[in-house]
Amino acid sequence: MYGFSRYCGCCLTLTVLVLSGGTARSVGADAPWQFNRDVRPILAEHCFPCHGPDSGRRQAGLRLDMRDSALEKHAIVPGKPDQSRLIERILTDDEDERMPPPATSKRLSERQIQTLKQWISQGAEYQRHWAYEPPVKPVIPAGQNGIDVLMHRRLSEIGRTAAPPADRRTLIRRLSSDLIGLPPTWNETVAFLEDNTPEAYERLVDRLLASPHYGERMALGWLDVVRFADTIGYHSDNPRNVWPYRDWVITSFNENKPFDRFTIEQIAGDLLPDATVQTRVGSAFNRLLLTTEEGGAQPRDYEARMLTDRVRAIGTAWLGQTTGCAQCHDHKFDPFSTRDFYSLGAFFADIREPIVGHLEEGLPVPSAVEEQRLREFDSQLAVVRQELEATRDQPEAAQVPAEKLKRLEAERKQFIDRLPKCLVSVSLPKPRTVRILPRGNWMDESGPVVMPAVPHYLPQPNVSGRALNRLDLAQWLVSRDNPLTARTVVNRLWKQFFGAGLSKVIDDLGSQGEPPPNPALLDWLAVEFIDSGWDVKHMVRVIVTSDTYRQSSQVSPAQRAADPENREFARQSAYRLDAELIRDASLAVSGLLSREIGGPSVKPYQPEGYWENLNFPQRKYAADGGTAQHRRGLYIWWQRTFLHPSLLAFDAPSREECCAERSRSNIPQQAMVLLNDPTYVEAARALASRILTEAPAAPDARIVWGFQQTLQRTPRPDEHATVQKLLATQRQLYQEHPARATDFLHVGTSPVPASVDPLELAAWTHVARVLLNLHETITRP
Amino acid sequence: MTFPIETTSRRRFLANSTQGLFSVALAGLLEPGWLHAESRSRGVLQNTSLPQKAKRVIWLSMAGGPSHLELFDRKPKLAAMNGEPMPESVTRGQQLAQLQGQKLYCLGPMFEFRKYGSCGTEMCELLPHLGSVADEICLVRSMTTEAINHDPAHMFMNTGSQIAGRPSMGSWVTYGLGSESENLPGFVVLVSTGPGRSPQPIAARQWNSGFLPGRYQGVQLRGKGEPVLYLNSPAGVSSSQQQADVAAINELNRSLDQQAPDPEIATRIAQYELAFQMQASVPELMDFSGEDVSTLRRYGCEPGDGSFAANCLLARRLAQRGVRFIQLYHRDWDHHSVLKEELPLRCREVDQACAALINDLKHLGMFEDTLIVWTGEFGRTPMSQSNKGPTGRDHHNKSMSMWLAGGGIRGGITYGATDELGYAAVEKVSTVHDLHATMLHLLGIRHEEFSVKFQGLDARLTGVEGASVLHEILA
Repeated sequence: MYGFSRYCGCCLTLTVLVLSGGTARSVGADAPWQFNRDVRPILAEHCFPCHGPDSGRRQAGLRLDMRDSALEKHAIVPGKPDQSRLIERILTDDEDERMPPPATSKRLSERQIQTLKQWISQGAEYQRHWAYEPPVKPVIPAGQNGIDVLMHRRLSEIGRTAAPPADRRTLIRRLSSDLIGLPPTWNETVAFLEDNTPEAYERLVDRLLASPHYGERMALGWLDVVRFADTIGYHSDNPRNVWPYRDWVITSFNENKPFDRFTIEQIAGDLLPDATVQTRVGSAFNRLLLTTEEGGAQPRDYEARMLTDRVRAIGTAWLGQTTGCAQCHDHKFDPFSTRDFYSLGAFFADIREPIVGHLEEGLPVPSAVEEQRLREFDSQLAVVRQELEATRDQPEAAQVPAEKLKRLEAERKQFIDRLPKCLVSVSLPKPRTVRILPRGNWMDESGPVVMPAVPHYLPQPNVSGRALNRLDLAQWLVSRDNPLTARTVVNRLWKQFFGAGLSKVIDDLGSQGEPPPNPALLDWLAVEFIDSGWDVKHMVRVIVTSDTYRQSSQVSPAQRAADPENREFARQSAYRLDAELIRDASLAVSGLLSREIGGPSVKPYQPEGYWENLNFPQRKYAADGGTAQHRRGLYIWWQRTFLHPSLLAFDAPSREECCAERSRSNIPQQAMVLLNDPTYVEAARALASRILTEAPAAPDARIVWGFQQTLQRTPRPDEHATVQKLLATQRQLYQEHPARATDFLHVGTSPVPASVDPLELAAWTHVARVLLNLHETITRP
Repeated sequence: MTFPIETTSRRRFLANSTQGLFSVALAGLLEPGWLHAESRSRGVLQNTSLPQKAKRVIWLSMAGGPSHLELFDRKPKLAAMNGEPMPESVTRGQQLAQLQGQKLYCLGPMFEFRKYGSCGTEMCELLPHLGSVADEICLVRSMTTEAINHDPAHMFMNTGSQIAGRPSMGSWVTYGLGSESENLPGFVVLVSTGPGRSPQPIAARQWNSGFLPGRYQGVQLRGKGEPVLYLNSPAGVSSSQQQADVAAINELNRSLDQQAPDPEIATRIAQYELAFQMQASVPELMDFSGEDVSTLRRYGCEPGDGSFAANCLLARRLAQRGVRFIQLYHRDWDHHSVLKEELPLRCREVDQACAALINDLKHLGMFEDTLIVWTGEFGRTPMSQSNKGPTGRDHHNKSMSMWLAGGGIRGGITYGATDELGYAAVEKVSTVHDLHATMLHLLGIRHEEFSVKFQGLDARLTGVEGASVLHEILA
């Protein structure tokens, strides 16, 4: 729901009115107007395109994003709205004079005009954009959770109260979903419900944070942000070797690698003095972009595309800045210039890659055991070489060690050939030359050459006397001076636990994003994150142990009307699970789920012919067998141009571009997937088998057991009756047509238990299918 | 056992929604009280600001890039210079694809041109059927595009941007106007299969809704296998069994809504009803048995053969059912080589069917409000390419030809011109953005006003650089 309103023109307008006119400033009409909160959004929307940071489009030499310029040109006369040309030009009836020009079809609302006038009356004070100011940590009384203190402060300011705590069943379902991405078992639920000790909740948090599935859950969002996928993206969309990077992400979260180190290894893991195979695997980040093998693709064209792709990635993943527009012109709303764009891109000009054409296999990535084997090879080789050296002058005697050497070297090579490979960053001795491309045109070589540099409007790295490199960039991103990274990351983290960011537009903390309604809280979290040593688990723990997180998501119509989008977080939010987690929940409840962590991507059942539009070469999809068929969703083969349709239906992104926020749609294809995809039919049958073999035998008890496994509760009487009726109907239909039951039970590859009556199993499979399709089953409460 | 779907079905569904298939989802996305059923019209545009000349679009995508120099743009000078070096003044410093860095020679047209219709429009001898409706079509000879490789060029043609993640034009149009179809998607994509050599890969991104909500995504109807992914009930599950399950799911979801009200639940319920209805409506749509033999003969297809011709007929059936945007792909126009042998075969696959579609729509009285667009993603070079086997032509983005017909288009005219070698559009140079602006104009939408906030910008199908409606081609 949250993802939507930013996309929908009509809703957006409404939202802006509500926020700027209502909630955000409901303190009282006399309170001062604030530039960042109240005024900048209006000017940015209506004026900055021609009177803002973009020097190329600036009209009449007037900037309204800078106070000096606005005053100098008498656009604004502090204290005197009536003498301010800005107001005069907005109000005039003369179509030639009116601003914004009628041709733009933009008009200020009466309320916006009043805001500008009153702000000018009050002195027209400007503020630097909030996100470029260093975050300041509010003081929190010892022993209290900063989130709750600052939330309480904000809610009392606007005269609202927090929602009551959620019930314990909801809490364990919510926590399990948010921390490991799997529903709790009924046993786990009962244990938690019955644990009356004060530490029960904290213990649950500890257990989930220690689970190896925590890393899988955390990886989901990050893999979207960095556009991780198994294929190259353009045209032929052929495979490439990158899955070890996915496992590196999972392991990093599980080992609670500090986020600064996590960042540095991705951007410059190859340049570290203590670089290892694993830090190099982290540097696969630099290789995750779209590439092409298309005949006739021009290297300079794609060199430019790749540079821009990387700049956008840094902007999305770390800086929370939209940068794409600066490829062609200075940003219209933020200070990000074309020079900033290409200078940021220049950091990556050292990366060795075929700009066009087949990618290399990549770095061999041995496991610990395999590494041991490699060491053995090396010591054996050393021994044999010594033998050979010792027999140098005796050709006859040298024959044996020489053959041994040949054999060993061949074996070693064979062994390495079979190891998993991963594309990684390798630095060229001489980086490519990067020029500013006028209007983004790669054929125009008239632009100036630029060296690596960070955006000019942010604190600069403390390096002198040498050119900056990727390692400098990485360290700068996570330096305390950088006001953006920590805010961007905690804002995204907040979204994972509340369904929306503290600042709503996750990938834009710039002037077109949303000034956070509770800026103190965002800042507290950001500084706490840095102070903790970029400790991700610490931040997760702080969030999930807050009372704010534990609020109920049940909403009265009045509450919903007061804050339809829950921007104040005076309640929790219920929302549909992400695509992968819907699959995971079904497989977990059915007992089919393979809990193996990591490894090559897997291929679940897929509709026949879904890949028929792929070419160069044509490809045939072969679904995996055995346990590989029942792996978690994040291991599914990510074919960018044809993502698995069951994921696509639930809004998983193609990962052709960095994605900070998935939309959350509710469309008929989702019903079709859950009803008819063999994965879900098979899961229903497996759950039915469990019901018939593990539950108490009485039909009523079986229904109750099925609800407990799926929803962690017992059915209400009306629900019980619905299911009973369905069971009777299906049972009767199968008795009339027994052959159908056989067909139904043979969907999927997992074995059907021989001990169970097929007709009975088929009928119960319908019950299980209904349970797996329920709104409640696929909703994080 | 009661079956709420049967008893309440369409009437109740319509009462809940005035917007068609994916619209009920809106109920969940917007808050109650903001937009109620009364004010919720078709799509986000309550009223179109211009007269709506076209109600729907059938977009025929010729993937690979058909040669305008053989098909639509007669260049006697190029014929005269056949085999001679291409004047360097024309190509110096220009973006080429596979010919980059090669010696460049002129290649004269390989087929004859004929004058067709009372308008006398000159087109290739390989297009006699299209020629028979020449008075209905407007041939644009001055189209250009920014991209020169297939994938980015398709993205540009479909979304107005070469960067992935932007909504496809079909998504824009259904987002703006909704759909008139009750139980079919508003944006349908048909990818044809044929006997060709090496069909172009077409990414699903080409019909993605990008940053618009997922329900505006194009839905691919497939010629073989299940027409819509996951449409069919599992093996061993009869329609009444499927219905019983859907009824139980919805009953339990309604019970949940009583316990913990949430507008998303009502939407979920409606989507299950819709999914079930589609299990009937889609097979009915795909069933050509009600079509006359003579109709099939006019299009030149066998039912269900997945051919471009069969998809033209399917497009007509979709149009009749109120689908807003129908996009067809023919994937085999990338003639770097063997142009002379390939072109007649490919023309045969589309020529007759395109004419049949136009005639059929005219016969049904739907031609006047259906916009038909036929275009590749780029054109081809006047220079020969011979490094890939027998002669062909390379990708080219400075000139291409395309045609439009139907709703609001002036038939029997040509628009714009290229230079004497067909290298660059020189007269009334048009862009893909102009084409999009013109399409939106005909649908009643002012393209400048049709925007959505994305990454801090008012994102438009027609881009930020500006676009002009091609007024001269309008009726």
